[in-house]
Amino acid sequence: MTDAIRAEGLVKRFKGKTALDGVDLVARTGAVLGVLGPNGSGKTTSVRVLSTLLRPDGGHALVGGFDVVKQPHQVRRLIGLTGQYAAVDQGLTGTQNLVLIARLLGYSRPAAKARAAELLERFSLTDAGGRPAKTYSGGMRRRLDLAASLVGRPSLLYLDEPTTGLDPHSRNELWNVVRGLVDDGVTVLLTTQYMEEADQLADDIMVLDHGRVIATGTPEELKNRAGHQVLQVRPVRTGRLADAAGVVESVTGSRTRSTDDSVHASVTDPGMLPEVVRRLDAAGIAVAELSLRKPSMDEVFLAITGHAAEDTAALNGHSPERTNA
Amino acid sequence: MSTMTDAAPRAGAAPEPPAWISPLSAVRHGLLLTWRSLIRIKNNPEEVLGLTFMPIMFVALFVFVFGEAMMGDWRAYRDFTIPGITAQSVIFATIGTGVALNTDIEKGIFDRFRSLPVARSAPLIGAILGDMVRYLLTVAMVLLVAVVIGFRPDNGLPGVLAATAVLMLFAFALCWLSAFVGLLLRTPMAVNIFGSLWMFPLTFASSTFVPTDSMPGWMAAFAGANPVTHVTDAMRGLMLGGPVAEPLLWTLAWSLGLVALFFPLATRAYRRRS
Ligand SMILES: Nc1ncnc2c1ncn2[C@@H]1O[C@H](COP(=O)(O)OP(=O)(O)OP(=O)(O)O)[C@@H](O)[C@H]1O
Ligand SMILES: [Mg+2]
Repeated sequence: MTDAIRAEGLVKRFKGKTALDGVDLVARTGAVLGVLGPNGSGKTTSVRVLSTLLRPDGGHALVGGFDVVKQPHQVRRLIGLTGQYAAVDQGLTGTQNLVLIARLLGYSRPAAKARAAELLERFSLTDAGGRPAKTYSGGMRRRLDLAASLVGRPSLLYLDEPTTGLDPHSRNELWNVVRGLVDDGVTVLLTTQYMEEADQLADDIMVLDHGRVIATGTPEELKNRAGHQVLQVRPVRTGRLADAAGVVESVTGSRTRSTDDSVHASVTDPGMLPEVVRRLDAAGIAVAELSLRKPSMDEVFLAITGHAAEDTAALNGHSPERTNA
Repeated sequence: MSTMTDAAPRAGAAPEPPAWISPLSAVRHGLLLTWRSLIRIKNNPEEVLGLTFMPIMFVALFVFVFGEAMMGDWRAYRDFTIPGITAQSVIFATIGTGVALNTDIEKGIFDRFRSLPVARSAPLIGAILGDMVRYLLTVAMVLLVAVVIGFRPDNGLPGVLAATAVLMLFAFALCWLSAFVGLLLRTPMAVNIFGSLWMFPLTFASSTFVPTDSMPGWMAAFAGANPVTHVTDAMRGLMLGGPVAEPLLWTLAWSLGLVALFFPLATRAYRRRS
């Protein structure tokens, strides 16, 4: 089976600012590709190029075997797009939004109404279907937006940060919807800033940073790349955090990362644990918690990019790339 | 997930979208999006209020506040200014065209349409056609209020219809300018401010509310060249009697000029903006 998306060397510049800097991307048919990256890394730009909304300045992309620049109409027949910000018409009711799209796609009036009702039901919006979308909550609007992108039963669905701003319950619901679509054979390209989301949903992950692909692989492969385990030390007194970091660094030889109350370091040899304990004890640092665990996707991201996924971490000055960007 | 059976034939299959967009389906898309614009008006209380309350207020204020002072008789002023108020209301309504386009783009609504196998021009056509209907409703509302306060133009219904046709032609031309501004500027707010900025001199420094010969020379010169004056004069002639040919020709010339300039500019901006 051919790949659902195959892009090579995509470049996109905005007034001298390079948003995509040679992006290669493959989405396997029937699988979920997670595109992971911090703010401004080029996720939305990639989605817009692959959904024919933006012309790339360089490179090319095939979607379902069709060229996004030369055969945009054929591409549009295959895809559904849920953008980063809900693109529902606030002046129309939920039903009218969906009926309009169905009619644009060639459904007859009764068929369009039936399809709208079906989707409203599926996204628990039946009761709100008759109300203008401007009266919806953010979560309802997002669900309506997703429903709108599914009207034409696309075989390839783009989801640009679909769960940003959703409460945990809605997020779980959305994840289940995505899983259901995948079971129906839909290929999904999902962008996210949340490592956990990529971990939960994606079969393949591609990490973007500053418009470049800096890593690709399955979630497991990426985790392994971040070192085998993570050592976490939480001193009783946060005042000793720096001292603890010094000890861990000297034993493990790897750079540490500190949160509010603990020190983290990636560890390749678990055998050094007793040595860490001994040295902490010798330094008189009382330890509340000391553990060895698999790395989280956040740490994976840190290991790959050299800076944390969240902007706040980047703004703390630990990330030279971002400050001079 | 890995043992995917080939994408099963889906239940209730969607109609297969055509391999290319025929001119006929482009028209159909345009009309569907026109329907959308109209539903938006219906669903939006502010829009409905603007369409009904504004004409009532304008007619009432101008006729009863200024009428006696202007012409010594509010009935004479009513007949003089109703064609002008009709034109002014519609011309102001064209600002809304740019604002609505800008809002749709900012909110990503056009992106959704553009990601569908839908004629690229359809959203623009839908917006413009929908607004033409909005302009017609504005005309109907102003004239309704006018008739209620006793406006009975000499040339009767044919005159009114002819005047409406002239106004709609000019509004159609002007809405491409508004569309261009809407596609060029960043935010709906900017479009609104920019639009209102030049709408005021254009509609007030014209024969809309007062005869231009009452103005100082330079202002009269500006008003004489102002297309709104030509539109108003043509409408006045058609409704009430009086010279029609010259203002009508000027209106046609201005309309053609506006379309020739701003239709290409707007469609180009539309294609670029995304
Ligand atoms: N229309 C535009 N004009 C100018 N610059 C743009 C435009 N769109 C995107 N950019 C720039 O391109 C870069 C990539 O933006 P993009 O929206 O693709 O990032 P993103 O990964 O989606 O970020 P976020 O997580 O914030 O949504 C950013 O630096 C952004 O400022
Ligand atoms: Mg984005």
